This record gives sequence, C-alpha cells and structure tokens, in this order.
Amino acid sequence: MAEYQNLFTSVQPVGPLHDGIELPRGDDKRTGTPFLVHLLGRIGNAQIGPVYLGSLGVASLVFGIAAFNIIGFNMLASVDWNPIQLIRQLFWLALEPPPPAYGLSIPPLAEGGWWLVVGFMLTVSILLWWARTYRRARQLGLGTHVAWAFAAAIWLYLVCGFFRPIMMGSWSEAVPFGIFPHLDWVSAISLRYGNLFYNPFHALSIVFLYGSALLFAMHGATILAVGRYGGEREIEQIVDRGTASERAALFWRWTMGFNATMESIHRWAWWFAVLCPLVGGIGILLTGTVVDNWYLWSVKHHVVPAYPLVSPLVVDPAILGVKP
Amino acid sequence: MKIIFKTALCLMAAVMLAGCERPPIETVQTGFRGTGMEQIYNPRTLAKQASLNAAPAAPEAADAEGPKAKDVYKNVQVLGDLSVGQFNRHMASITQWVSPEAGCAYCHNVQNFADDDKYTKVVARRMIQMTQKVNQDYKAHVAETGVTCYTCHRGNNVPTQVWTAPKDRLYANSLLGDLAGQNMATKAAGLTSLPSDPFSPYLMNAQPIRVNSDTAMTGAGAYANRTSTKQAEFTYSLMVHMSESLGVNCTYCHNTRNFASWEESRPQRVTAWHGIKMARDLNNDYIIPLTDKFPANRLGPKGDVAKVNCSTCHQGAYKPLYGAQMAKDFPELQALAKP
Repeated sequence: MAEYQNLFTSVQPVGPLHDGIELPRGDDKRTGTPFLVHLLGRIGNAQIGPVYLGSLGVASLVFGIAAFNIIGFNMLASVDWNPIQLIRQLFWLALEPPPPAYGLSIPPLAEGGWWLVVGFMLTVSILLWWARTYRRARQLGLGTHVAWAFAAAIWLYLVCGFFRPIMMGSWSEAVPFGIFPHLDWVSAISLRYGNLFYNPFHALSIVFLYGSALLFAMHGATILAVGRYGGEREIEQIVDRGTASERAALFWRWTMGFNATMESIHRWAWWFAVLCPLVGGIGILLTGTVVDNWYLWSVKHHVVPAYPLVSPLVVDPAILGVKP
Repeated sequence: MKIIFKTALCLMAAVMLAGCERPPIETVQTGFRGTGMEQIYNPRTLAKQASLNAAPAAPEAADAEGPKAKDVYKNVQVLGDLSVGQFNRHMASITQWVSPEAGCAYCHNVQNFADDDKYTKVVARRMIQMTQKVNQDYKAHVAETGVTCYTCHRGNNVPTQVWTAPKDRLYANSLLGDLAGQNMATKAAGLTSLPSDPFSPYLMNAQPIRVNSDTAMTGAGAYANRTSTKQAEFTYSLMVHMSESLGVNCTYCHNTRNFASWEESRPQRVTAWHGIKMARDLNNDYIIPLTDKFPANRLGPKGDVAKVNCSTCHQGAYKPLYGAQMAKDFPELQALAKP
C-alpha cells in the first residue's frame, strides 16, 4: 500500500472540503462550491475553489476582459474578420501604439487610439488586481510581500508603456500588444539605442533573473532532498530547526562554505525576483531619455574591450562624399 | 496509462525535433574570436542552393567584323554598333535568358522585327541600358563580375524576386485593426512581424536608414536624435531582407556589438551600402519610369511596377550566381552604348 511520506508524494489525503477561515465583517462571500480534481492534486492542492472575487476582483476582471476583447477584435479586424487567419497569424498580430507623428496627443481610434484605450483599461485592471492582492493578504492576516513583488512587475510594465513614452514625448515609443510584435519591439529598442546589453541595469536585471532561477533550483532541490526528514515544514523550522534544516544547512556549508537559513533563503528569493524588474525598469527608463547609445556609454566608461580589427580598414562610404 | 504517457512523450519529442534543421552545421569564423562574427552553413542546403544558382554556358563569341547591326536592321537603338553576328548572338542569348519558351515572339512582332508595338520590346531595350549602366557605373557593388539579364531573369519573363507595394487589407479604412504597416507574417520581412514593406522607404525613397546616435548621451534641441523605435523596426526589416536575400546572417557585414560602427564592420558592408544605393537608383531611373508601358496585369495591387530589391539578383546567394564570371562574355553589356 502507498505510504504517505510528505507533501510531495503523489498520494492524496482527502479530507472534508472547506471554504477556509471566517472572513472579517464587510468582506464579500466566497464564490463557488469547492470540488476535487485528482490530476491537479498531483501537482498542488486537489481542492479547487472557492474563489474570493470581491468588488476589486470584479472591477479588475471587467477592465481586463474589456482590454482583452478590444485587442482581440482589433486583431480580428486586421485580418479582415477572417477567423482562420486570426488563428494562423495570431502570434504576428498586434494592437500597435500610435505613429510617432502624434507625440503625446490623442490619436484617432484607427491610428493607435485603441492602443491608448486598451493601455488605460489594462493598467486600471492590473492596479485593481494589485489592490486586491494587498487587501486579501491583509484580510487573511498575512504580510503584503506578494503585493509588493507584484508591484515590482507593474513598475516595469508602467515604465515600458507609460513613464518612458511620456518622458520621450511620444506614445509610439511604447510596447505594442502582440506576441511577436512586442518581441520585435524589444529587439528594435536595443538596436536603436546602441545595444541594450551594454546597459548596466539590463545586465543587473539579467543577474537577478538567472539568479532567481538558480536560487529556485537550489532551494527546491534542498527541500526535496531533506523531505525525508520533514524538511518541507519550512515555516516551523524557521524557529525550530530540527534535523532536516540542520542537514540542509550542513550540506551547503560543507560544499560552498556558507548556508542560508530557513528564513533568509526566502528573503534571498524574494529580493532576487523583485530586483529583476526593478532594475530592469530603471534601465529602460534611462534609455533614450538620458543615454542614447549604450555601447558608446560603455566605451566612455571603459567597460568595452577593444579587439584587433580583422578586416582591412573599413570607412563609411557616406563620409567619402557619396550621397546615400 | 504509462504506455500512453510514454507514447505521448515520444510524439512530443518528435514534434519538437521536427522543427529543427538536420545537421551537420558548419561554422566559418569571419572576425576576431569572441565577437561572434561567424557564418553558419549547412552543406546540404548550400549544395541545393548552388545548383539553383548556376550560370549557363556562354555561346561562342561572334565575329566582330562585317556590317553593323544598325546598318542592316531597322530601329536598332542600343546595340547598333555590334556586328550582325554579335547582335544575333546577343538576341539569341537574351531569348534563352528571358523567354526560352515564347522565344523571339515574346518581344518581337515576328512579321516585322523592327516594330516597337509590343511593350516587352520597349521594356527590354531599357533593361539592356540598365544592365550596361550597372556594369559601367556601379562597379563599387558589382565589381568586375558584372551582371547580365540572366542575373535577375534566370529564364523567366519577369524575375521571380521583385516587389510591389503591398495591397491594403479589405477594410483598410475601418475603425478597427490598424496594422501600422507591420504585424503580419510576410516573406518580405523574413516571417517576422516587422514592417512588411521596407522597400518603399529605402529602395525607392531615400529615407534615412541609420538610427543610432554617435554620442553616448541624449542630445537636446538640434542635437537630439529623434529617430523612433518604430523607425528602427523599418531599418531592421530592411536588414532582414538583405540577410535573407544573401543567405547570410548579420555578422556577414556587422560586428553586432555595435551595428553602427564602420571600423568594426567587414568590407562587405561597404559593398552592401553601394547595393542599396544601386537598387534605389535603378528603381527610380529605369524601372519606375516604365510604369505606363506595362499592361495592368504586370503591375502590383496598387498599380505600381514590379521593382528590384536585393533578392532580385542575389536570390539567396552572397554573390548572384555565386560570383560566376558571366558578364565578361558579353562585352556589349559592359558600358552604356553611345546614343
């Protein structure tokens, strides 16, 4: 017979379904009758629902769905209302910000006006959802770490689509809503501003991105490895270490001389994750507003190695008097 | 259950791998180590490419002696100084290059060869002059290799790789669905979602291609570089076209750490620069003025004539026909004929 070892076994202990704790006065009711899904139980909790929607959640969904639909119908219109082309070209299609000529003025709907409408709605939706994560955490008596981590991501979103375009004086600098188009925007902004890889904040952001993945892997591996000693009870072990945390700590101290603690590892992870969009946003905000060519900026600050030129001297033909 | 799971896993792996290019891949280093300046080739696809880009054998040279074409035939405006033998050799070659199936009748009224009634003859005459112009005045791009009609035509009445302004979508004036000239999978943009017509601004008009600043910090007022990110997307699209046309990647010309720098570029970039200028000049001086000569079915959806871009000649090869010395056998195409 299967044996229940810890939270990570595929054996699912099933108890009575529950709504969770009583909510404080003034909160809404939770929506939906909870039910079990065995397959989801293999990767998480088998119980689905109930959901706390509340007024913030409803408002956020209304704005979010409106934005989603406006983007979708614009995409559908752009392929002449052909649903098959919508699916075929879905990754290419986009709702594009206005052309540069409009600056920060309000363009006609057909020339980027919809982009502004959607940008507003999506931003309202996201901010409402942020408020919801904050309020839900408070109502459950939690800290607000999730809300602030989410805020870091919102910061990057607002820098790309709102703060930087305003500082540049043109909505056209913002990101299009589309799968490939937003990736092409990323390439284009790097090409325009002299290679974003030479932007030190971009570099820091990558450090925190890859660092987050590394920390996640290290932490996940460590806890799984000490699962046999009950190591997954991390929160209790912050104050009462026990053999699992002792062994985990020793493993890292012996292999690399230093170990995080059951509490600090989560602060490591939180800060790495939060700093990734935070510093990335600073890098984007400086691009074009303060620094116009990151490669030359790096040359100026002596961080670009000079390589011997392999080709014979190549000279710009335009300065030789030939008009392009 | 396990069997189904494993089969699904195998199928998924097979599907993922199906998107990959089968090795071997050969890497050729073209710049200093560590700069990533290298070309990547698959010998299998390269062999296929090479067979598609072979030059036909030239006919034996004709005797330059004897009466001149202009004295024997009527209405010979461009190649009149050739001997009758040379002239007929040229006409035979052009037939092989441009209309191997329709033959002489593609351009000529076979009752009266001197007749200019067929538009194709008028266009062909101008195209011969264009070829002469290229070989005479654009050596910075075509060097001594030069071009012939075959460089573009390859046995087709109309070269296969030409461009016209893309047609508007059906509901172009509707309130919804502005594409902003991009965000569709097009061959012109190399299947990216970049602007789908990089040709009109750069190979017909002379919009600035360069987007980078030559100073680190942002300038103010007159010193500011107002080039937008969207303009960079247009330049990017043109560069994708060049790369696709030549079957090479960015580092064939550029050191990608600093695209703008000429010092760090390869000399090929200078050749390409002259190529952009050449394509633009040919479109404006030779091709667009012929617009009203063409029948409507030869024009694009917006009524513009089919124009040249990089792939019109290159067709996937870094040098058209992989640099075959074809033009040297046709000295009459080397210089503009005296009027």
